[in-house]
Amino acid sequence: MIRFLALIAAGVFLTINLYAGVHTNASHDEEEKDFDVNELIMHHIKDAHEWHILDYKKSDGTIKSVSIPLPIIVYYKGKIDIFLSSEFEHGHKIVTKGNNSYILHHEKIYIADPESETGLKIEEKDGEHVILNEKPLDFSITKNVFAMFIVAILMIFIFTKVARSYQKNPGRPRGLQAFLEPLIVFVRDDIAYPNLGSKANKFLPYLLTVFFFILFNNLLGIVPFFPGGANVTGNIAVTMTLATFTFLAINLNGNKHYWQHNFWMPGVPVFVRPILAVVELMGMFVKPIALTIRLFANITAGHIIILSLVSLIFIFKSLTMSPVSVIFVLFMNCMELLVAFLQAYIFTILSALFIGIAVEDHEHHEAHEHVSH
Amino acid sequence: MDLVTPGIGLIFWTGIIFLTLLLILAKVAWKPINKMIENRNQSIEDALKMAEKAREEMKQLQADNEKILAEARAERDKMLKEARDMKEQIVAQAKEEAVKEMERIRKNVGMEIEAQKAAAIEEMKNTIVDLSIEVAKKVIRKELKSDNEHQQLVESMLKDIKFN
Repeated sequence: MIRFLALIAAGVFLTINLYAGVHTNASHDEEEKDFDVNELIMHHIKDAHEWHILDYKKSDGTIKSVSIPLPIIVYYKGKIDIFLSSEFEHGHKIVTKGNNSYILHHEKIYIADPESETGLKIEEKDGEHVILNEKPLDFSITKNVFAMFIVAILMIFIFTKVARSYQKNPGRPRGLQAFLEPLIVFVRDDIAYPNLGSKANKFLPYLLTVFFFILFNNLLGIVPFFPGGANVTGNIAVTMTLATFTFLAINLNGNKHYWQHNFWMPGVPVFVRPILAVVELMGMFVKPIALTIRLFANITAGHIIILSLVSLIFIFKSLTMSPVSVIFVLFMNCMELLVAFLQAYIFTILSALFIGIAVEDHEHHEAHEHVSH
Repeated sequence: MDLVTPGIGLIFWTGIIFLTLLLILAKVAWKPINKMIENRNQSIEDALKMAEKAREEMKQLQADNEKILAEARAERDKMLKEARDMKEQIVAQAKEEAVKEMERIRKNVGMEIEAQKAAAIEEMKNTIVDLSIEVAKKVIRKELKSDNEHQQLVESMLKDIKFN
């Protein structure tokens, strides 16, 4: 654990250096232009079509950007086009594949407008720029998708290793196994069994996968350099998809009592039942929406705070600000570390709780209550 | 607003990645790990139960030992008591027999003495008779004509002389 914290701390300092390096260069290059905190932060927490690693200044004074180009997969008018994001040259170039021309603007892919020189059809509306270009369906392997692939491979590697060490060494856990076993046992004994009871074994794989998937993505999201740094669990599409799986797990496994309670609540006057049915129907959807927003908002907020604190240095344009930033960012990183575990836990325990309510064996429950009273 | 608009591509990939991960991990990791943890929990529980049982047995054994010891002690006490009783009985019996024997011996001795005494008296009588006859013969040889008259005279005189 200490080693892990040290790693995080080292990461924090490296980020600061990295950010500092990047943006001193940037501000040097565009001294006239104001430092745009909003854009910087949005750039860091949003998805991207390339994985930006670092910028450096060449000896002739030009800024060189190092990034991993990721594959673009777009679908437009019955045609799938696949090419590397480097073909866009960071959004400066229109890419033409067959009949379709694409342009990348602020990490969004549009169909290029042949009438405009830049390929963009921009209209001024209430003082804001609105892009009117058509959009293809974007199935690209973006930064977040790539990060999820890394997490998936990492998880498969780690957990097969752990599973094998269980077979080799069934006694006292050692090494990686000893490090991960408390978490596995925690999910098993403190999340799955109390909420799901006898049906826990059926949902345990889902709960474990969702817990570790969120946890690993959260932790890698805190690490500021290459294999980490993607804001996966701070992306609403990801959290929405995970919440949808929980929604499906709840409603595909819900038993008679669950549906009865949802749509024709027993034990209340008949005229109240339709009202309750409406409330319960809303509740059915509010649960996964709450899961979606909670995870997304917590992780994104943490990242925004860290980035804002780092940005203080560039807002104040003063080196004296940096110790303050460093201390606050360090504090926030510890906070984020806690939040990484906490949010994975909350998502998992709420999923288990909701599934538990839906699959609960009613006779047993009533008998149990009767005994406990 | 951009931030809270989910992109279809990411939803698609998240779904695929997550489901694949779930299927693979469920098969290669969660099931075996869960089974192993369950096995281990079971074996720990069994070991605890066995230890409890062993302790119980130990207690039982100890109680048995104590019982056996107590029984042995009681047996010993009983044996000692019996031995003591027997000794006393034997001693008493021996005493009784000794007394009887003594009694018998005493009786025998008395009878013997009696007999000896009677024999001695008989013999003394005879001797006295003979001696008397001899003496009387010599004294009164001249006065009595036959020995028979002498004999009768002496015996009638002896009858008057009773020993004891």
